[in-house]
Amino acid sequence: MELTRRDVLAALAAVGATVGGGVVAGRYDPPRADAASDAGSGSVAEPTLSTDLLDLLDAAAEVVYPTGVDGRRTFVETYVLGRTENRPAYREGLQEAAAQLDAVARDWRGQPYADLDADVRDKLLRDLGVETAEPVADGTITERIRFYVVNDLLFAFYSSPTGGRLVGIENPIGHPGGIESYQRESMSPSSAEHSGGANER
Amino acid sequence: MSADGGSGGSDGGVGDGVDRTPSPRADVCVVGSGPAGALVAHRLADEGANVVVLEAGPRFEFAERLEQQEQHIRRGMEDPWEMGGPRDAYSTEGRHYPLNAARVKGVGGSTLHWQGMVMRLHERDFEMQTRYGVGTDWPIDYDDLQSYYADAERAFGVAGAMDNPYAPPREEPFPLPAFPPSYSDSLFAEACERLEIDMHSVPNARNSEPYDDRAPCLGYGTCKPICPSGAKYTAESHVAKAEAAGARVIDRVPVQRLEHDDAGETIDAAVYATPDGTEHRQTAGQFVLACGGVENARLLLLSASEQYPDGLANSSGAVGRFFMDHLFAGAGGRLDEPTRQNHVGFNTSETHQFYDDTEPVEGLKLEFLNYAGPSPVIEALGAETWGDELVEQLNESYGTHVAVGGLVEQLPDAENRITLDPDRRDDHGNPVPHVEWSLGERTERAIRRANEIQHAILEELGASIEWTVGPEATGPAYHQMGTTRMGSDPERSVVDADGRAHDLSNLWIVGSSVFPTGGAMNPTLTIAALSLRAAEALSASLSDC
Repeated sequence: MELTRRDVLAALAAVGATVGGGVVAGRYDPPRADAASDAGSGSVAEPTLSTDLLDLLDAAAEVVYPTGVDGRRTFVETYVLGRTENRPAYREGLQEAAAQLDAVARDWRGQPYADLDADVRDKLLRDLGVETAEPVADGTITERIRFYVVNDLLFAFYSSPTGGRLVGIENPIGHPGGIESYQRESMSPSSAEHSGGANER
Repeated sequence: MSADGGSGGSDGGVGDGVDRTPSPRADVCVVGSGPAGALVAHRLADEGANVVVLEAGPRFEFAERLEQQEQHIRRGMEDPWEMGGPRDAYSTEGRHYPLNAARVKGVGGSTLHWQGMVMRLHERDFEMQTRYGVGTDWPIDYDDLQSYYADAERAFGVAGAMDNPYAPPREEPFPLPAFPPSYSDSLFAEACERLEIDMHSVPNARNSEPYDDRAPCLGYGTCKPICPSGAKYTAESHVAKAEAAGARVIDRVPVQRLEHDDAGETIDAAVYATPDGTEHRQTAGQFVLACGGVENARLLLLSASEQYPDGLANSSGAVGRFFMDHLFAGAGGRLDEPTRQNHVGFNTSETHQFYDDTEPVEGLKLEFLNYAGPSPVIEALGAETWGDELVEQLNESYGTHVAVGGLVEQLPDAENRITLDPDRRDDHGNPVPHVEWSLGERTERAIRRANEIQHAILEELGASIEWTVGPEATGPAYHQMGTTRMGSDPERSVVDADGRAHDLSNLWIVGSSVFPTGGAMNPTLTIAALSLRAAEALSASLSDC
């Protein structure tokens, strides 16, 4: 289920948030090329991220990744942020989606997303409908969070030996893990990997 | 309209500063830069000919392959090869043919997205009429093509082994060692041995070790449609060799039509358009059509003139007709043990044991898949949960799948055809291709036979069969063939055995559009062999000039 604007207004009312319609419009309508010329209609400026992007992504990763993943923050820094550092348009979309998620957290829970408890972070994503949303780079906020935050994290994780091993494959697609593993009956010990990193390029 | 050097400047409005204006009259103009066009361009340029290649699509930079791979794996991203939209519009009739999933326009053509399986046709494929009274004979036989097959294998860098008892004669080992069999092949091997089915290696146009300045396979697992390592052969390789030998390759310039001389005996020019809509005329002494099984026919039809109202090279009426593809047949299920799938994106074992059977006479070959069932990362990206729940879901869905796929021959049928759609136009105002394609009862019967064998193997293996792709669910293997068939009779075919048009002495056609029948082998090695043979004949005609 995807959240509609009506769903969001109801949700905001339910948590007692005091917001104007313009805020919701600004948050839940995807940005358009002509958004700037619309400034007089009650919309607000695009929300900004109150924490470092890495903090937010790592906080989301704690929710999206299974429990017990070691070295998560370094992984996010290296393989999530690092992967797209030379893709400015993508990075801009990621930054915007992260800022939108952070703004929702501040509105609904009164704190930056990264500062919320993990179970609250998880619930917030599910309340937004992100778990069932299609990933759409220029879609609704829910769809953009699915695309830029959740699926970005999932892609990096499950295309790495680290994530793959949890589900039985040490050389998942997207990872250049060589041509030995497909010949083997079972997973090699993880120490046999030439590195544990995701998406080694 | 012909407005050379028009409003968009010399780069045709692309903005990259690349000159897209025509060259002075060339020796050879090649339309299309897939494997057929690239090999011809390279051979002729290497022999000193002045060659211009016109490519409808763009150049895709190799440095972008990892990003393209991400586009492929992740939902919600653009097609990594940018197919679709007004440039590539088409219509279909009969069974839907997903044309834009079946081809790529770009420097390298459809080898950019192909999987890279490269088998030779069998001897019988060249004489289906003589042997079985079906289809039509080729004007050449296997012996005529054998040395060119070897040449093509060297060009691609084919990894293979001489362990296939059903393969046609070959004179030398493959250029590269075969990829070792997969673990799941070993599971199939026991079942097949009990059923007396011979498994053997798969010839792959993929480096099992470094070859021709390209890397060995690194196991990215996304061969089709993206190989980020460069181990998979693409025709970019021979485009680069052609350019190094002096050929000029112009991208983003779809050819609109060919223009013939007043006598209607030769082609004068290929008229191409740049993205800004400007048309240019590339003149040349010889013209080679190499733009795929649909666009080769379409371009001839688009080039209709007062003298040739039914299109060029079409006095036989065969242009666009006899459109064929291979049909996918498959079955799969699960075992109660790990099967180690989706590590690599290619297959390592198949069987040609049933290929030459006579009941039915349609060829069929079976492949033991190394990518059965879901890939965890792709499933995760579409899952409706995350965290520990997602791991649980992926552990349930991944790990025990097996599948046997296969290709089934479709015999030529004049009613399966490419025409011009009078009601739809592309981005340059040309009628789009209209694909009329259906399966006959013969083909459906052959698919059912493939399913029977596949089920027998899976049952012997102890698998629970969960899916079958039979006559209802089947689809094309994206091998467009037959639309400019070769033959010795000008009244029944478009080109001769060398690929030269019967009607126009300086027009050559290469690619799978010239196949009179299609067999059931992936066609690209045969495309390459025929192209090398055509290049030799064309070269001889250049030296005669």
